[in-house]
Amino acid sequence: MKIEVNGNNIEVKKGQTLLDALKDVGITIPTLCHMEDVFPSGACRMCVVEVEGDKNLVPSCAVEVREGMKVKTHSPRVLRARKTIIELLLASHPDDCLYCERNGFCELQSLSEELGISERRYTAKKPDYRIDNSSVSIVKDSSKCILCGRCVRVCEEVQGVSAIDFVGRGSKSVVAPAFNQGLNLSSCINCGQCVRVCPTGALTEHSNIKELISALMDPDKVVVVQHAPSVSVTIGEYFGYKEGTDVAGVLNAALRKLGFKKVFDTAFSADLTIMEEASELVHRIKNGGKIPMFTSCSPGWVKYVEQFYPEFLDNISSCKSPQQMLGSVIKNYFAPKNGIDPKKIFSVSIMPCTAKKFEAERKEMASEHGVPDIDLAITTRELAKLFKMFHIDFQSLEPEESDNPFGVRSSAGKIFGVSGGVMEAALRTAHFLITGKEMENFEVKQVRDLEGIKETTIKIGDLELNIAAVSGLGNAKKMLEDIKAGKKQIHFMEVMTCPGGCIAGGGQPYGLDKNKIAQRMKSLYKIDKDSKVRCSHNNESIKNLYRDFLGEPLGEKSHKLLHTKYKKRKTNY
Amino acid sequence: MESIFAKYKNAGRDSLIPILQDLQEKEGFLSFDSLLSVSRFLNLPLSKIYGVASFYNQFKFNQPGKYQIQVCRGTACHVKGSIKVLDALKRELKIDAGQTTRDGLFSLEVVACVGACSLAPVVCINGEYYAGVTPDSIEKIIDSYREKKEKGE
Repeated sequence: MKIEVNGNNIEVKKGQTLLDALKDVGITIPTLCHMEDVFPSGACRMCVVEVEGDKNLVPSCAVEVREGMKVKTHSPRVLRARKTIIELLLASHPDDCLYCERNGFCELQSLSEELGISERRYTAKKPDYRIDNSSVSIVKDSSKCILCGRCVRVCEEVQGVSAIDFVGRGSKSVVAPAFNQGLNLSSCINCGQCVRVCPTGALTEHSNIKELISALMDPDKVVVVQHAPSVSVTIGEYFGYKEGTDVAGVLNAALRKLGFKKVFDTAFSADLTIMEEASELVHRIKNGGKIPMFTSCSPGWVKYVEQFYPEFLDNISSCKSPQQMLGSVIKNYFAPKNGIDPKKIFSVSIMPCTAKKFEAERKEMASEHGVPDIDLAITTRELAKLFKMFHIDFQSLEPEESDNPFGVRSSAGKIFGVSGGVMEAALRTAHFLITGKEMENFEVKQVRDLEGIKETTIKIGDLELNIAAVSGLGNAKKMLEDIKAGKKQIHFMEVMTCPGGCIAGGGQPYGLDKNKIAQRMKSLYKIDKDSKVRCSHNNESIKNLYRDFLGEPLGEKSHKLLHTKYKKRKTNY
Repeated sequence: MESIFAKYKNAGRDSLIPILQDLQEKEGFLSFDSLLSVSRFLNLPLSKIYGVASFYNQFKFNQPGKYQIQVCRGTACHVKGSIKVLDALKRELKIDAGQTTRDGLFSLEVVACVGACSLAPVVCINGEYYAGVTPDSIEKIIDSYREKKEKGE
């Protein structure tokens, strides 16, 4: 099919939206409310274009291409309309950009710049809403909200949670939970997808930078850090690296510059998680335990099950997440071994995730003396801010190794950062545990893409396992309903809360670009391909830890330090 | 509540507004707990239900007071200074429009034209109309209801 755009003929596919067709030929149309993979809402009108024969400008996100259509994308009339939309949004916007969390990363700010807005054409009363900082993960400032609805749609359509919606009407509309309650009382699972998709400073993570700086400066504290598998392939974006570049070595060096005494790798404890989780899977299958088993690494997913599907709580693996496992062995093994009082250790984690903040504060995640496994979880974005604040220049640093005994990882632990990765890592070890032999080809290709639901059957010895890797809780909901209805016989299901996995987590760089996420995925799989040790059970440091301290997977010490249990949680649904 | 739900067997989301109307008629307002029951009944998120309900002026989320005060903010009343009357009421009762005093005696509500423009500005309390109200006369009117309460009327 052909259409004419700005005087040139272009080839388009039938059924495409005009916006997508234009994108394919390299014409960028500004958008605000648009999100890929979500039904277009046409709410913001930023993407309007002129179509010959149509009286009004049309929103290109919601219009299908028609044969012979004549389109103008940047005519004076179109530009004026777009400019006016931004000017009207700015009329009631606080425009305190210099003091805003999103300064430099704000879509409203950049659109205003792109469209050449240089004066205040309209004035309206600035709203004066109270900031909601009730949640440990997310802060909501409705005065900066432009009501584009991305957060509402991602929460409802992608995650199936619907913690928030539009409340009120007209100029008094806000996005909020029911009865304008705080997010902490709502059914919010802390995943932070709303934060990642928010175009302005209305939704941000609950920042813990201040606490971290105080801890780093406290001479009585031994501040140690771990960084999650997906962080090394995203943080580079803030420091001039191409998307997806793995900067693990430089990240280690930079973290030491900040003053961390030890830099550990969460991929190490991902290996540890696999040792426990694969053993648990084998144990469940051999002993008629509860099947399907679900992974437990993703704290948004865990809270989702606690709230909405408590009948499946026993299906969730009892393994703590890698963050918590590492936190636990740092305080219970590393500390005594090095003659450090565990109470003096301040254990920090760098996570792609806002829900990890919630997980770190869970009562289940503390020793019997009330010492928490993790003292502070911060996001990739917060870490980037911290590096900037301390003027640490990534480009001038030489790569360094992370610290022993929790610094060496297999690449199985590293692919935890992508949807399907935990599954693959677990299968490699389960195969070894069941057959005593290594898997022939380590790669489980069927779970390696950005699809939301990936199902396959694999053979381990004489055992046939139905497995599924799911990301995005809306997809998880579908699977749970099918399992409940007996439509699906699954043995093992990996669930990651965020679509695509941690590489697109709620604590990762802002923005909606799916191509970036694909690059991050590629990067993690490349690391795996190039790696010598590709199985958790072949990680020498893991073997040492079991020999030296833990004994065996699912043993008494593991049970006490690395496993937990979850309870039904009341929710407003 | 059960009696209302019984009327809507196998209802879907399109029955939400009629259910809310019935609920409000029965209980006088929409409480958190009753909306939570609606949410479970219709299998709709509470946020969605509150989103719909808060869109419409007809729905109230606070228990109405013993005396329900309506301040007319129609055109004629506006011209005759009803905004000052409303402010005086807020000051006297120490609540905002849409709220109920802590003792449960008064609730304050803003309404559009009540159709008594010749009497502007108009305040209506439990169906009784007060004509040509001024900010200065508010205290006396409110006090008369406080006395009523004292006398147990």
